[in-house]
Parts: sequence; structure tokens; C-alpha cells
Amino acid sequence: MVDSITILGGRGRDGSEEPVRVINFKMGDIASIVGPTGSGKTTLINDIELFADANTPSQRRILINGNPPSPEFRDNPAFNPIALITQHTTFLSDLPVGEFLTIHTKIRSERARNTDYFLQKTLSFANQLTGEPIMVHSKMTELSGGQTRALLIADATIICETPIILLDEVENAGIHRNKAIELLREYKKIFIFVTHDPRIALLSDYRIVVKEGAISKVLFTDEYEHKFAQKVSKLDDILSELRNRIRVGERITNDCLAGIL
Amino acid sequence: MKLAICAGPATTGKTSVLRHMIKKLLKENIMVAYLKIDVQYAEEDILLQKEFGIPTKKIYSGELCPDHCNVMVLGDGLKWAKKNNCEMLFVETAGLCLRCSPYVDGGLGLVVLEATSGMNLPLKVGPMLSLADTAVVTKIDRISQAEREVFRARIQEVAPNVKIREVNALHGIGIDPLLTQVKQFMDVPTNMFLRGNPPVGTCTICVGKKEVGWQSHFGVVRALDNQNFYRGE
Repeated sequence: MVDSITILGGRGRDGSEEPVRVINFKMGDIASIVGPTGSGKTTLINDIELFADANTPSQRRILINGNPPSPEFRDNPAFNPIALITQHTTFLSDLPVGEFLTIHTKIRSERARNTDYFLQKTLSFANQLTGEPIMVHSKMTELSGGQTRALLIADATIICETPIILLDEVENAGIHRNKAIELLREYKKIFIFVTHDPRIALLSDYRIVVKEGAISKVLFTDEYEHKFAQKVSKLDDILSELRNRIRVGERITNDCLAGIL
Repeated sequence: MKLAICAGPATTGKTSVLRHMIKKLLKENIMVAYLKIDVQYAEEDILLQKEFGIPTKKIYSGELCPDHCNVMVLGDGLKWAKKNNCEMLFVETAGLCLRCSPYVDGGLGLVVLEATSGMNLPLKVGPMLSLADTAVVTKIDRISQAEREVFRARIQEVAPNVKIREVNALHGIGIDPLLTQVKQFMDVPTNMFLRGNPPVGTCTICVGKKEVGWQSHFGVVRALDNQNFYRGE
């Protein structure tokens, strides 16, 4: 059982000691990693995903339940407690979604009897995150970016039951972010978002700020920010509404703005 | 002399895996020689020689199959490595036709497969996989966790006794167990034997008869509607 994951600080790009020495993630935490482009956000989650042991350029170390991770985690992906989902993670297999999810469920053999249950549950989870529903007969390689990301998140959450999920800039792929965070909260895992999106950052429990290859600070979302998050969501909803209207070929008029502003 | 033979389709990362192994072995003061067998072009010998200053060599198999070429030159290769005071010889070979495997009894056999090559690849590569000691899976960062698991299950399906190591050949992560494994081997015997049986090999095309159509050939012939299946081992 995984209860926690710890990052032990290493060195920044210029070789100086990383200002934040220890970060502890506990089950149920939703965290964001923020920082300008090129500051080292992706490097940080790659370190987590690789179980860095002072053997990556950052010299960071990753502990699971306070100890170095068991080699089994790396040897067998079915025991790996971490799933990394990036903007670039894609499916390569040309199978229909239903067939692939069934194969994947069967590999996790203890549940082989209930493949249909897991298939339906995974698809319905994914379809709450994406605008265009995924059909059971769609080919994996033909899914849109948003559908792919939604299915990856659903697969990692439900079929794999992976306790730690890393999500690298998934907001760009067009998934429902509030819905995602709301659904993910029900599953009591550790979710770590790399994000430029104020909505995701403020809905997180805390955010890790990265600068020049090092973690410079950790900010817990305070009461003001919690309240402010609602306003951010509202602003964001307005923009989404505008986006939708433009997508479906409507004109933007004073009347339609009055309804949403 | 300990021996490791590394096979795998083109561009899967064989050299990167061996490079990380060599780097770590040299840190432990274990001297390694490197022999590359390829058909018509290779520069890995020069790159590794430059990077590590170790004895390296290449041989072009030309008109021979690279795995046949391996059988021909391996004895000489071991003598050459010994003359250069090495404790281990790493041989990298491009197994091409997927009917034989280059591994020998008493030496480590590694097959390098890339996770991006599709879930059915393990079903296609034959004895190069099933007779290996370890399948090294590279490019794992490029595909989803779900597909990684399926890829692994497919390897186990065709090769239940082969160990599987997923590695990140970019950072050299996951390499250490391979070192432990190669060190556990004894020195190879003077009389070495191929681990697997070579496929039926003598054919009239190989000896230079170029007419197209089975009617023009004799010995081992095959018509389109003859679907006899050669499975290898």
C-alpha cells in the first residue's frame, strides 16, 4: 500500500542547493506544479516518474512511504504506483477502445471475471471529462487529443487503480477541469498537475513553484484564494461559453453576452 | 571471458543500453570490449571507442546473414578481447530475418525491443526473443502505462521464461539489474554452441539464382498457397 511520496531536494540548474529540501505528498492530495516555461516543471514530474535516486541531472531523490521505492515498481509496470499522463502520451495500438480496455483489465488478472463492469465504468468516467463521447467501437488511434487524455486518466484511475497520477498540462487538451478535479477527489489518490491554468492551480490543495530548475517554494491555497477560485472558475466559464458559441457558428452579440456576464 | 550478445530490431536502442552498461562497468574497473556486427553500415564502434577508450571493432556481414557472420567470427572476437586484457565482450548484432537467434550457451543473451513498436511485436520476432535471457524494453516514456502493461504481457505470452527489464535508455535508469545479470555468468567455454537451431538455410536464391517464381528453383521451394508455418523456437 502506498501512503505517501516524498521528494528530497537536489540541485538547481546552476548547481546550487534546491531551496525546498522536502515535500511530502499524502493520499488524497491534489497538488499543482507551476512555473514559467523552461523552469523545470516537466523535469520535476519526470524525476517522480523515474523514481529518481540522485541519478538524474537534478540529483533529486524520491521516496515511497518514506523509503527508497521497491525495485519491483520499476520492473513490472503492473506494480508501478505512478502513472504519468502528458500532452504527448498517445495510444499507438489500432484496437477498438472496448477491446483494448478488456485486454488491459484481463492482464490485471484478479478481476478477469468483471471485464464488462470495468469497461463500462472506465468509459463513463472518461466521458464525463470529455466533450465528445468516446464510443466503445472507436479505434484508439482515432481518438481526439481530449478523448485520449480523458481515457488515459480513466484507465489509470479505474483499471490500474494507480495511487499516484501525474498530469502534465492536460488543460490544453480540452477536458472538463472542474469535473476532473471533482471526480478525482472521490478517489483519494495523489494527483499532481503540471499546469499554467489558474483554475487548476487554485483548486489544488497546494502549489509547488519551480524556478531555474529548482523548487523555490510551496504555497498552500489560503482562504482568500479558495474564495477567489470561484471567481476564476466563473471567468473561465464565460470564456468557455464564448468558445462554444464561436465553435457552433454563432455571432457574439450584446444580448448573448448579457446572459453570461 | 564473459560474453553478452545483444540483438534486436534496428533503432530500438541496443547501443544505448550497452553504452550505459559499459559506462557503469568501467566505473567498477571491469574492462569491456565491444564488437558490432552489421550488414553494410555501422559507426557505433568509433563512437564507443571515442567515448570510453575501450577496444572496439566492427565487421560487415555483407552477403552473409549477420547472425551467420556472428557464428563465424565469435571465436576470433573472444581471442581479440582477451588479447586486449578485457574481462567481458559485448557483441551487438542486427538480427534481421527473425528465424535464428545469435545467443550462445554460457553467455548472456539480451534482446532489445522498443515499447513503441506496437503490441504485436513480441509475437513477431521469434527466437530472437524466446531464446534470450532478458528482454530489455526501451522507449517506455513514449506510450501509456496501459500499453506498457499490454506489451509486457505479450512478451510473457510468447516467452514465459525470459526476464523483462524496462529501461530508460536516455538516463540509463533500470540498467543496474542487467549488470548484476552479466556478472553472474561464468566465462564462456572454449567450445561454444548456438543456443537455438538455425532455420532451413540452403536455398537456390541464396546461391545466386535470380529468376522469380518457385518453378525456377529447387530444394526448398514455396508456392503462395502452401502455408506451411515455420515457427522457430
